[in-house]
Amino acid sequence: MTLTDTPARTPARTAERPFALLRHSLALARRSVVKTLRTPEQLLDVTLQPVIFVVVYVYLLGGAVAGSTHDYLQFLLPAILVQTVMFAGMATGVNLNTDIDKGVFDRFRSLPIGRSAPLIGSVLGDLIRYVLAIAVLLGFGYLLGFRIQTDPLSALAACLLTIVFAFCASWGFVLIGMLMRSPGAVQGASFLVLFPLTFGTSMITPLETLPGWLQAWVRINPVAGMMDAARGLMLGGPVAGPVLKTLLWSAGILAVLAPLAVRAYRRRA
Amino acid sequence: MLHAFEAEGLVKRFGRTTALAGIDLAARPGTVLGVLGPNGAGKTTAVRVLATLLRPDEGSARVGGLDVVRDAAKVRRLIGLTGQYASVDEDLTGTENLVLIGQLLDLRRAEAGVRAARLLEEFGLAEAAGRPAKTYSGGMRRRLDLAASLVGRPDVIYLDEPTTGLDPAKRDDVWNIVRSLVAGGVTVLLTTQYLEEADALADDISVVDHGRVIAHGTPAELKRVVGGQTITVRPADPARLADAAAIVGAVAGRVPESPARGVLTVPVDGDAAFTEVVRRLDREGIGVTELSLRLPSLDEVFVTLTGHHTTEESAA
Repeated sequence: MTLTDTPARTPARTAERPFALLRHSLALARRSVVKTLRTPEQLLDVTLQPVIFVVVYVYLLGGAVAGSTHDYLQFLLPAILVQTVMFAGMATGVNLNTDIDKGVFDRFRSLPIGRSAPLIGSVLGDLIRYVLAIAVLLGFGYLLGFRIQTDPLSALAACLLTIVFAFCASWGFVLIGMLMRSPGAVQGASFLVLFPLTFGTSMITPLETLPGWLQAWVRINPVAGMMDAARGLMLGGPVAGPVLKTLLWSAGILAVLAPLAVRAYRRRA
Repeated sequence: MLHAFEAEGLVKRFGRTTALAGIDLAARPGTVLGVLGPNGAGKTTAVRVLATLLRPDEGSARVGGLDVVRDAAKVRRLIGLTGQYASVDEDLTGTENLVLIGQLLDLRRAEAGVRAARLLEEFGLAEAAGRPAKTYSGGMRRRLDLAASLVGRPDVIYLDEPTTGLDPAKRDDVWNIVRSLVAGGVTVLLTTQYLEEADALADDISVVDHGRVIAHGTPAELKRVVGGQTITVRPADPARLADAAAIVGAVAGRVPESPARGVLTVPVDGDAAFTEVVRRLDREGIGVTELSLRLPSLDEVFVTLTGHHTTEESAA
């Protein structure tokens, strides 16, 4: 074998081009997307799992909670959309942890790219999972009889808001992914955080039926606010308040968790 | 610039474990430095410091005159890393892996594609270029790892145990790649557990143990210290072991060891000793079932240099 392309003699790399962090992050996001699409079993949590959740809730609880499965589906779907997308973000932390385990990130870290580029790339790349989850749930819901009662633009706004919120919240999973030792531990810790956040809401039962202490938690829980916003935008009812609350929470979560995640990543040798 | 890379007094602790205890390493431009040592000696930790992946607790390291901590970003433009811990993405194809690295090195997409195709061709991976790396054999995977570290045309390449787990033919492939890299002016840091590998490739060898260098020199110098080559004899008739021991002892000028029942090993300095042993065994009518001449194993190197075996080391 001969290496005709004698490395050291050739001039070094092309000059630095602008927007390096954005370009590197997008290249790494593309990697995430390719990997996700190439391993369909990684998509179970955004395809089959939400379908099962909907079936279980609607046909098990629908009669008891709402008196009819149809009415319950209307009540449930915007909220379970939020839950599904939140759960979908968990994979970001698990995958990042796996990458570090396997040494893929050592190669990235030995390259002259921004320290945060691999993290931003993963978070951006996993947006495709959110979009897929929303498409599956709306499609399946439609088949079961779910109908948007506002207008398509509001429904689109609900979807976009959900994605923005989940994007910001997913930095929490990135942080967990950096702090835990194994992908399994990331999953376990993420569930611990997710359960109070997604089930401590009015997702499956109306707020009035909950005990006082739980109602207090639901009122401050940002995920509950997000679910209110999604219901408002898809079914009608208060919109401005919950949407504003969700946007503020999103910005706050991002501002706190993203730097913490990047710091944890730098520290992890 | 005297050295392509140099590490001085590196110390790195992980909790109560001291991985590096003041290690010094350096290589002149265009040469191969072999870092020879058992598992747990600190080889990988030293590579990770030189590759800007770990900050040393004490000491300093420079690549191309740039400090690996202060000028980490610039150092990353000079280096390529391949090894146990820096690996390719198994879900991506050979081409995708190399194009991604090209893009991260600020090549335009088209340029990155050309570079990837060329490297895959040179490393004999053109046919497998479109397959996910997880379908590659061990040898192909290692070549892709190597190719990945060369996308940026680095001046300094770190190869962390590049042949561990490869069969001899695949190992020769990797050796040839390393030789052609050096012919092209690249400086290589090669870690290995095999004296044979260090002897075949390195201009200088640093033997490391417990996070520090315990011996340094050219392969020739090192072999002079550890006895060059080792003769192994297994007499067909175990009763004649003592006679055989007398012969090899007389030729080598050293008392032979018996690492296993019925087997004798002794270090010798020159190639002529082997012929002499064969001649004398024949003259005495001692048949053998095993007779070989080889470089000392890492364990034998350690016994000579430190008086103890490497296995005791890793257990410590």
